[in-house]
Amino acid sequence: MANIGWDEFEIGAMLRTFNGAIEDITGTLQEDRNYSPNSSFTASVADWRIEKPVFNKDYCIDCQFCWVYCPDISIVSRDKKMIGVDMDHCKGCGICVEVCPTNPKSLLMFPEKADEETEIANWPAKEDKEK
Amino acid sequence: MAFDKMKLRDIEVWDGNFAAAQAMRQCQIDVVSAYPITPSTPIVEGYAKFLADGYVEGEFVMVESEHAAMSGCIGAAGAGGRVATATSSQGFALMVETLYQASGMRLPIVLNVVNRALAAPLNVNGDHSDMYLGRDSGWIQFDAYCPQDAYDLNFIAFRVAEDHDVRLPAMVHQDGFMTSHTAQGVHTMDDDTAYSFVGEFKPMNDMLDFEHPVTHGVQTEEDWHFEHKARQHNDLMTKVFPKIEAAFDDFEKLTGRRYNLVEKYDLDDADVVVVCMGTSVETAREVALEMREKGIKAGVLGLRVIRPFPFFQIQEALKGIKAIAALDRSSPNGAPGMLFNELAGCLFNTDTNAMLSGYVYGLGGRDLTKRHLTDLYVELQANVDAGKITTPLQQFIGVRGPKLAFL
Repeated sequence: MANIGWDEFEIGAMLRTFNGAIEDITGTLQEDRNYSPNSSFTASVADWRIEKPVFNKDYCIDCQFCWVYCPDISIVSRDKKMIGVDMDHCKGCGICVEVCPTNPKSLLMFPEKADEETEIANWPAKEDKEK
Repeated sequence: MAFDKMKLRDIEVWDGNFAAAQAMRQCQIDVVSAYPITPSTPIVEGYAKFLADGYVEGEFVMVESEHAAMSGCIGAAGAGGRVATATSSQGFALMVETLYQASGMRLPIVLNVVNRALAAPLNVNGDHSDMYLGRDSGWIQFDAYCPQDAYDLNFIAFRVAEDHDVRLPAMVHQDGFMTSHTAQGVHTMDDDTAYSFVGEFKPMNDMLDFEHPVTHGVQTEEDWHFEHKARQHNDLMTKVFPKIEAAFDDFEKLTGRRYNLVEKYDLDDADVVVVCMGTSVETAREVALEMREKGIKAGVLGLRVIRPFPFFQIQEALKGIKAIAALDRSSPNGAPGMLFNELAGCLFNTDTNAMLSGYVYGLGGRDLTKRHLTDLYVELQANVDAGKITTPLQQFIGVRGPKLAFL
């Protein structure tokens, strides 16, 4: 946020989500919306996270469970296809991994500093169901 | 409009509560979120009845506490409505946390506070403890001395609070029972005239403006909090009085009734002056006139607006006065009284070399009688004659037992 004085902002500690007026916001994708600097969409809170989800699209069935359950709208899905995780806003809660129904899971938690390509290359194998 | 108008006589016999309820009806409040507490209950009951009878188009929200009542008001005001409620005493104390939210969020809510003592011991009668509790909350505080004032000041409160240059909540105070339950003649306005004074509500940063989404009630830390509080204080110090004075002027044009930031009675040539608030102003006024017949040049200064504090107006009003009594109707609990301190702060760096003494009186509805005030004026005159304060700086009026005096 800009370094401005007491007389330079709107009263009431009130924040505007968008620059100017908006129309048809539900029909506009997040990346196309004119978010203001005060919107949480503009701010990165990636440093809140100590573990991160890694997405392996090879096993994903686009069921949208992760998209539905993510408490912070951090699963990016377009035309019902899972694209990845918004790493600026994901807090690393692991709910997406918990609800992922595939075998092996298409999302797994790793330490924040883990290398994504290495982890995908060493992805766990399918688990046999107990008979 | 989808409501009926009410035919009023030019003068109605109303108590302070009903006067405030009628003002709320005539202002066409959109939302009243309320929890009942003596002695303020008839205000919100009155609004609820007007609503049920089709005289108002609005919503009455019944909640589980005063904290929730003010929270409901904050939500409704943030959404973009004209909002009011009423409370007293313990209810006011429970509201305090949300009072700071309302003012910091710059929401123009009007709160009728029917002043009542704070427990313990439990007491339903009038004193100014709750009014004093609100004085740092960032609200504008108007003080009514009688039912007529309670009626009139509600309109003025809405006009000032909702002004887009102000956008601060306002309290209208009246004394529990002495004003709230004492019926007097009240000059009324007809519904159209009354509504024209406050006008249509003009929303600002309202949450129901879907083309301009806003977030209310945000968090700031050491990086921003100070700037927001400084802005609020600045606006209270610089923007509110001009708007109040303009509203007083317009109200006088409309009704012939004149209000002032401080009400001055016989101050021009006065030697001894009592400074007080609420119903005590009217008693003191009567006694001052009687003292003048006895040769004591007595006057009264009543505060009409407590916050923002009329610093310069009081300085001006007390110029040349020889002895001043500050009457505090709230236990200072280990300090000089609020009014004593504020007056001392006003006068300290000036040429007015008046003798200032403080009196604590009327706690829990104890009467302040004409006899008390006569004795007080005589004591002030004795100070003038002696050229110094002959008593301790803090005394108690009307308490039983050995004389209490400090400082």
